[in-house]
Amino acid sequence: MTENTRVMPLGVITPACVDEQGRLSGFVHSFEMGSAVDGPGMRFVLFVSGCQFRCLYCHNPDTIKIHNGNMMSVNQIIEEIDEYASFLRFAGGLTISGGEPLMQAHFIREIIYLAKHDLHLHTALDTQGFLAAHLEDEWFDDIDLVLLDIKHIDPDKHLALTLQPLQPTLDFAHRLSNMGKKMWIRYVLVPGYTDAFDDVEKLANFISTLQGVERVEVLPFHKMGEHKWDELGYKYQLKAVSPPSPELVKRVIGQFSQRGLTVC
Amino acid sequence: MHSPEENSDQQPWKSFKGNSWKTSIDVRDFIQQNYSPYTDDDSFLTPATDRTKQLWIEISKLIEQERLKGVLDVSSEIGSSITAHKPGYINKNVELIVGLQTDAPLKRAIVPNGGLRMVEAGLEAYGFELNETVKEAFQRYRKDHNQGVFDVYSPDILACRRSGIITGLPDAYGRGRIVGDYRRVALYGVDFLIIDKKREKAELDSAAFSEDILRTREEMSEQIRALDELKQMAASYGFDIGRAATTAQEAVQWTYFGYLAAIKEQNGAAMSIGRISTFLDIYIQRDIDGGLLDESSAQELIDDLVIKLRIVRFLRTPEYDLLFSGDPAWVTEAIGGMGEDGRTLVTKNSFRFLNSLYNLGPAPEPNLTVLWSNAMPRGFKDFCSKVSIETSAIQYESDDLMREHWGDDYAIACCVSAMRIGKQMQFFGARCNLAKTMLYAINGGVDEKSSVKVVDGFEPITSEYLDYDEVIEKFEAMMDWLATTYIKALNAIHYMHDKYHYERIEMALHDRDILRTMACGIAGLSVAADSLSAIKHAKVRVLRDEQGLATDFAIEGDYPAYGNNDDRVDQIAVWLVETFMEKIRKHKTYRNSVPTQSVLTITSNVVYGKKTGNTPDGRRTGEPFAPGANAMNGRDAKGFIASGASVAKLPYDAALDGISWTATCTEGALGHTLSDQVSNLSNCVDVFCNAKGFHVNVNVLNRDTLLDAMEHPENYPQLTLRVSGYAVNFIKLTREQQLDVINRTFHLHF
Repeated sequence: MTENTRVMPLGVITPACVDEQGRLSGFVHSFEMGSAVDGPGMRFVLFVSGCQFRCLYCHNPDTIKIHNGNMMSVNQIIEEIDEYASFLRFAGGLTISGGEPLMQAHFIREIIYLAKHDLHLHTALDTQGFLAAHLEDEWFDDIDLVLLDIKHIDPDKHLALTLQPLQPTLDFAHRLSNMGKKMWIRYVLVPGYTDAFDDVEKLANFISTLQGVERVEVLPFHKMGEHKWDELGYKYQLKAVSPPSPELVKRVIGQFSQRGLTVC
Repeated sequence: MHSPEENSDQQPWKSFKGNSWKTSIDVRDFIQQNYSPYTDDDSFLTPATDRTKQLWIEISKLIEQERLKGVLDVSSEIGSSITAHKPGYINKNVELIVGLQTDAPLKRAIVPNGGLRMVEAGLEAYGFELNETVKEAFQRYRKDHNQGVFDVYSPDILACRRSGIITGLPDAYGRGRIVGDYRRVALYGVDFLIIDKKREKAELDSAAFSEDILRTREEMSEQIRALDELKQMAASYGFDIGRAATTAQEAVQWTYFGYLAAIKEQNGAAMSIGRISTFLDIYIQRDIDGGLLDESSAQELIDDLVIKLRIVRFLRTPEYDLLFSGDPAWVTEAIGGMGEDGRTLVTKNSFRFLNSLYNLGPAPEPNLTVLWSNAMPRGFKDFCSKVSIETSAIQYESDDLMREHWGDDYAIACCVSAMRIGKQMQFFGARCNLAKTMLYAINGGVDEKSSVKVVDGFEPITSEYLDYDEVIEKFEAMMDWLATTYIKALNAIHYMHDKYHYERIEMALHDRDILRTMACGIAGLSVAADSLSAIKHAKVRVLRDEQGLATDFAIEGDYPAYGNNDDRVDQIAVWLVETFMEKIRKHKTYRNSVPTQSVLTITSNVVYGKKTGNTPDGRRTGEPFAPGANAMNGRDAKGFIASGASVAKLPYDAALDGISWTATCTEGALGHTLSDQVSNLSNCVDVFCNAKGFHVNVNVLNRDTLLDAMEHPENYPQLTLRVSGYAVNFIKLTREQQLDVINRTFHLHF
């Protein structure tokens, strides 16, 4: 991975938009107070809409199209978070997820800035990093933790699984490592797609080269999003796939922990 | 005054510090002078010994037989008293702590003083017959509490009872909710307690003999008699409890004898044991320091006591079980909290009580209640959270709120009612149905289920759409009527209970001059609040039957529902609590008791729902209410934190008898790893208490497990979960209540 791979960043960041009152705004799928599985402690999770990936297993396909979201201003969102800020300060923080948050980089940069400097919250960004090459290092200053989703370590299989190339994600991982950012790596375990022994070995080796990885989260594939595909009229290709067995999950966790990684 | 120490060569108080508690009865002072706060974690705890396991297996077999039969056996030949039964054992050779309610484990006593009818119905339901002599005694020579109450009830009270707008009144059974200071038996010995009661009584020798003084003097004579019987009962087990306890084992045994006397004589609706763990820790620590006891034997003592507390039984009727399902006794033990001087009241024994849930497996009794303070040591908080996640058997109540009102030596009666131990008691008042009261306001006092006119002098609402101001005005008037009738009923009940079913031994373990509260209660808070929200923020059209009775409602538009941290409706709930409390306060109460109220239903939310027609919030007729102060099932869409924030807005000052909230979530919703889950749960309880939340039951469960347990109860003998204010054995609930529990909001995300 050299600097050259970042010269021609892929994809496009959506231009900043404003609401009728001229306030910086963006498209929001939903938010949830009190998630305990999206970063350290209890989180306020903001799910923004829009994503360039088309992951076969996506459990939130209703967030793929940016305009499926509701337009909300930064102020409105900060007001919602502020309700719980005193709790979040000691028990957790803010996580921005999606969709893919970097698609609306202008919008979420402002939210993160205010969450950090006005509300004094721990901030986490849940991303696959595909658009990160568009952004300067400073853009990440107020982010305490990146939840980096690596969908697959094999370039061809990654393309087949997400319809997008792998390389930008790996570049971003290296860049975070160099910047000294804390990371949790998230990996969705899908039987028949992401569970091959050698692939997991390769991924584990890759992660071992990174600085700042606090955790690897192996997320067992589940089918709770399947009905959404039907409702949206999309074809769900994983109808025949079952969630991974406890033995398989154990094996994969073992592959990571063997390398001294903390796995959950 | 001479102290027990002078009369004994065994030196029960050896190495104990302090003076004040030695010359007058003051258990709190003894604790403050002598306890050792423990601020570390659970790593010192020890597992069950083989002896403990053997005893638990023996009793578990009987418990399983009891589950299949409903009631294992009844001692129907004799009315129970402190000394009525000869000693009973589970296995005399193995037990460290002895004493049973009757002469055999799980054999239930009959307590006819409360009401012979209830005894007869209970016996009949389980295929037993009442002894003729007992029957004759109570039919011909002795009047019971139940008869006394019905001699004075007025037609309006009877009508309310029938329609179910007031339910669960303790007019046919023991009112319970009185917590004797059983620790006094261990610390002072019974002889000293008798001397002290005689002294207190003699102080009244020259008082003018008014009705109050006469009643007090008669009660005190009864108390002294009961203390003497307590001593006799213990002697039948081979112990002289006239003297103070000298060892940890004696301290546990003496304390338990005090409690045992109470549950032999009273089948009260709730029979808390109080706040004994830190008190007993002082004796345990002294013996450990003296080389008489090690950690494993200390845990054995507590495990043995807990086994006894798990097999407390009362004979109930099927109707009673419908209200309070799962055969509860509410042997509530309050654990932890902070002292007024800023030291934590957590000791190693606080951990040992919770550890019994691992050593013996989960169980609903004793009803372990953690008095939560943000200032408590993290090690204890995290152990509580771990126990919650793994057993769902404990509840939390805000020590920070209660300490302000009741000091640092209070216990919890039943589920959520705080009272200073030995210095305060309550007149239990069950609860009235606010949602149904609102329907009476709309229908001018005609019952929506039976079409019977229950109350005269009220005009129905006749408009097509409900007008918020008109509903409020009529609702307030109806609440006035309800409060009047309700207090009349409670005054009648407690006058008669004192007269015919006085709690001699429990009151002998109180000071003479105590604070009494009149503990009213409300059910259906979230239904009433949501209904008013719908009327205010959406449009509610009334659908009437041929007689013009409002029997259904059509909602046009959306309304904010209680449980989402939305002030537009949460403030309506606050208003309801404060307004009804104001109305209760206007009335004169029996024995100048201080009126209070609770927002609590235990499992009776199912029955209240059954007795209430369609409501303006969209709830269908017969559908269960939410329990306690919970949001209606499924309407708290924003998760646990928002739901708790709504509940925390209800003011404790207007509900000093407690506000109950039950939160249920799945394990995964608390985090990926056990240590994440533990720390997240501790933080959530902290934030709830910070927000002035009063009480939370925590269930960490899996929906599939519950469904499976419904089909295969034999595989889940110990599956325990919290309902409003109380823990139950899931498999002992009725099918309807099981479904209600399963349908209650599961927070997949916290």
